[in-house]
Amino acid sequence: MTIKAHAKDRWFDFLNYSFLTLLMLIVLYPLYVIVISSVSDPNSVNAGQVWLLPKGFTLEGYERIFQDERIWRGYSNSLLYTSLGTAINVVLTLTAGYALSRNIVGRNWFMFLIVFTMFFGGGLIPSYLLIKELGMYNTIWSQVIPTAVGAWNIIITRTFFAQTIPNELHEAAEMDGCSDAVFFWKIVLPLSTPIIAVMVLFSAVGHWNSYFQALIYLREEALYPLQIVLREILIVNETQENALTAAQSDSEMLRIVDVMKYGIIIVACLPVLVLYPFLQRYFVKGVMIGSIKG
Amino acid sequence: MKTSSPQSTLLLSKWKRIRKQYQLYLFLFPTILFFIVFHYIPMYGVTIAFKNFMASKGIMGSPWVGFEHFERFFSSYKFSTVMWNTLIINLYELIIAFPIPIIMALLLNQVANARFKKLVQTVTYAPHFISVVVIVGMLYLFLSPRNGLLNQLIVWFGGEPVFFMASAEWFKTIFVFSGVWQNAGWSMIIYLAALTAVSPDLHEAAVVDGASKFQRILHIDLPSLLPTIMILLILNIGSFMAVGFEKIYLMQNPLNIGSSEVIQTYVYQTGLLSAQYSYSAAVGLFNSVINFILLVGFNQLAKSLKQASLW
Repeated sequence: MTIKAHAKDRWFDFLNYSFLTLLMLIVLYPLYVIVISSVSDPNSVNAGQVWLLPKGFTLEGYERIFQDERIWRGYSNSLLYTSLGTAINVVLTLTAGYALSRNIVGRNWFMFLIVFTMFFGGGLIPSYLLIKELGMYNTIWSQVIPTAVGAWNIIITRTFFAQTIPNELHEAAEMDGCSDAVFFWKIVLPLSTPIIAVMVLFSAVGHWNSYFQALIYLREEALYPLQIVLREILIVNETQENALTAAQSDSEMLRIVDVMKYGIIIVACLPVLVLYPFLQRYFVKGVMIGSIKG
Repeated sequence: MKTSSPQSTLLLSKWKRIRKQYQLYLFLFPTILFFIVFHYIPMYGVTIAFKNFMASKGIMGSPWVGFEHFERFFSSYKFSTVMWNTLIINLYELIIAFPIPIIMALLLNQVANARFKKLVQTVTYAPHFISVVVIVGMLYLFLSPRNGLLNQLIVWFGGEPVFFMASAEWFKTIFVFSGVWQNAGWSMIIYLAALTAVSPDLHEAAVVDGASKFQRILHIDLPSLLPTIMILLILNIGSFMAVGFEKIYLMQNPLNIGSSEVIQTYVYQTGLLSAQYSYSAAVGLFNSVINFILLVGFNQLAKSLKQASLW
């Protein structure tokens, strides 16, 4: 069946494609400028000559970054917090999500207990006092335990299990004398790679990008994750600089920080950027599972 | 296996079922413990808002003072500024940032070329993965009065450079639009997913009737998105007083504080930096309660309009 396309539709398509292309450019251009500025001569960057192509190619910024001890330490701390935090997160989310997908006594009650926390909480101060009282203040644990598992992820995981693991499968396994734990380990997990990937990614990106937990619970510089170091270089420094007049500020110091800024953004985003093409489809999947009412 | 055929599982008494499924309870145990300790104990801890917290006596031992801290907040000169900023920033965000992903999804859904569609999606949600710290760092770079791209453009067109990050007038706009830049593509996913559920029959029928693409968006796609829109709107309103705290805090500086101080940054400021725990917890509680009322109220409203509801 062919019907002559609506005359207005050609206009619509033209405008639509143009608009979406423009949208992509708006999103991409700032990222592109960061990349080319990071390898350009800092003087050209400062003079505002870097628009379309790198100017006066140099890797000085990156050299500075690799010499900076804070960044290395932040990087390794972030890696530690991310891997530990993700491991805890994924294990708790999957086990709880699975248990709640099964018909256990008190399931609705447990669900309510979990979901309620999405809408109401004690707030910053009581949480802060709790962490202090538990002796987690200024330790690694403050970075991974308070965010150990989230209500939303449990809902997504539960929905996934409920939809993909048919009850019959469990009944058959039960007949063969398989316990719940063995069933989970041997049958459920191998069937659940998509949700495991989604949870690993959500949680890893979340930990990698988080700074607020560190801001409130860490005092010692040696424990600072990358985001706190970034904040100092990209934001605090900039604010201080704004408060000073040009004459007051140490111009060489200023230059070094400027050179580093673009590169450090790239270095900080690198792990996520490298993984992005692989992550993407899982992320979309995660959001879609989450959107299905369960 | 001595106990049962599968059907009888359902007929077993509660206790037998619990015993039989003890491993599942063990699975659930750490998570429930986590929620009790890290979510419910702080909810109890909120009682310090009604006490005069003394570190030496702990939360339980500190003396009660009733609504003293709340009264102090309501009568403080900060109250109106903080409330106003919180409301306006969130309202601004709701009006600008909420509809954009919907429009984007409706338009992208009309694209026939699968590769172009994929490309747009991939590009537009990439910024979602950049950390807030980096986003705010980028804002300082691009909006710098010294060499920021935007100011160069302004100068090039013969204007005067604007010190965006240090100006109270620009704060809210920068906050909201940088948020759109970062998250619109990401928020779009859920609407796109909902649009795939629209029956192609409807569109075919409409084409036969001579409807243009624009008319079909308006009369078929948009109405099918309504339930999703309502749910997300309720969720959005449920966190009305809470959005974007981390980013606001990062963007805040002494020069823009007049329009960037919101309830949550005020809580952080008075609580953690000046150690007025009780007062700050009272402010925080006030915030959470308003949020909760908004959520319940709006959900009720949506229910009565028979569109959608969370529960």
